[in-house]
Amino acid sequence: MENAVGQRDVTGEVARSLAAIAFIASDDAMTQEPVAREPRQQTSLTPPELVVLMQSVAERRCKKSFQGLFGFFAPRVKAYLMRLGSDPNQAEELVQEAMIMVWRKAASFDPTQAAVSTWIFTIARNKRIDAIRREKRPEIDPEDPALVPQPEILADGVVEQQQHARRLKEAIGRLSAEQASLIKMAYFADKAHGVIAEETGLPLGTVKSRLRLALGHLRKELKEGSL
Amino acid sequence: MTSPSTQNHGGSISQLPTNHVSDELLASYAAGTLSEAESLIVATHSALCPICRDAIAQYEAVGASLLDEIEPEEMLAGSLDAVLSRLDDEEPLPENVVRHPSAKSALEQEKAGLVLPEPLRSYVGGDLKDVVWRPVIRGLEEAELPLSGPDFNVRLIRVAAGAAMPQHSHQGSEYTLLLTGAYRDSSGLFSRGDFQMADGDVDHQPTAEPGEPCVCLIVTDAPIKLTGRLGRLLNPFIRY
Repeated sequence: MENAVGQRDVTGEVARSLAAIAFIASDDAMTQEPVAREPRQQTSLTPPELVVLMQSVAERRCKKSFQGLFGFFAPRVKAYLMRLGSDPNQAEELVQEAMIMVWRKAASFDPTQAAVSTWIFTIARNKRIDAIRREKRPEIDPEDPALVPQPEILADGVVEQQQHARRLKEAIGRLSAEQASLIKMAYFADKAHGVIAEETGLPLGTVKSRLRLALGHLRKELKEGSL
Repeated sequence: MTSPSTQNHGGSISQLPTNHVSDELLASYAAGTLSEAESLIVATHSALCPICRDAIAQYEAVGASLLDEIEPEEMLAGSLDAVLSRLDDEEPLPENVVRHPSAKSALEQEKAGLVLPEPLRSYVGGDLKDVVWRPVIRGLEEAELPLSGPDFNVRLIRVAAGAAMPQHSHQGSEYTLLLTGAYRDSSGLFSRGDFQMADGDVDHQPTAEPGEPCVCLIVTDAPIKLTGRLGRLLNPFIRY
């Protein structure tokens, strides 16, 4: 029920900005051949707009919407993989694999659980671990009968979930430069803390405790921002 | 939260853990930079801890927001076409919509009666009853998991109710996840789902509470160091 309400809200919110992305989500993608030859580098799609594209991929298997997602995310995911040490060819290949996974798993995207960018981030992250580290990534199984459930349903609606992304950005913006760069390094350096220690010349223990502080600070900012 | 109710394993209605994984480990799990061994214990704690699951989701969102401000790298010219041409090759995956975990009734969980949550259960190859224990010293048994390697030792230990572990400190990091029973050390009481991180600064002697055996998942990246009077003599024989 909440979902239905949340979804309607997003659709309303997006209707106003939809014109801007009409070229992507429009229905003339019925033609099997892709219309746009060049990946369009969309630099300004909002979280609700991304949800519209995702849903159009999931429900109508719309390739034009997929192209919109590709244009927005592929160059970013490529940059992310290269920051983590992939060479351009490998990064290119992994991005392609990740985007095909986005297409195939589109139906499992749930806008009440995560932003589109978060969902795609986890797909790219896992692709990279499979391919580069040749390790498995032990995952929590939400269907496992032994899982301890949340005490009560606190699930956000679509709107709350999608606004969360903006709040997060603002919260990161309010961190000190040192804290923000520590957090970035934690995500963009593979042997995370060891490498950070080398690059900053700080002892490993100091890196860990400063990072912990920065993350604690971030979550506190988030909590306050949500009031 | 530390009420005396101890029948909180085996899938009956559980208390939430009170000792959590550190933010720094949760964020590294979300970032995908932890080793498989560390990921296993973080994910297994989180299966028992909705609070840490929530934090992981937040840290995944942090990763995504960094993606948002990254300077994009242009894709090669034929890239999009290459992907588009492969979209029809494969059937979409079987529908895999994640139901909200709370949709599951407590009764259903009880029926399952599982002690070990995923992903640990898969690594063990069964539930707790399927573990093959190897005696170590009186009151202590262990079962090493195949995941153990040169960098990490990963094992389950079972401590008899009321038994004390040898007094020890650590040369590296030791992560402990408590699965059944309870233990106490100088920092407090740990029960099902609780996570403890110890390193060279911690010198402790965990002691199982009376009542039932205490089973823990332990991940270490270096041997422990016995610090008791007698234990010191045994140090040369300790692998982990």
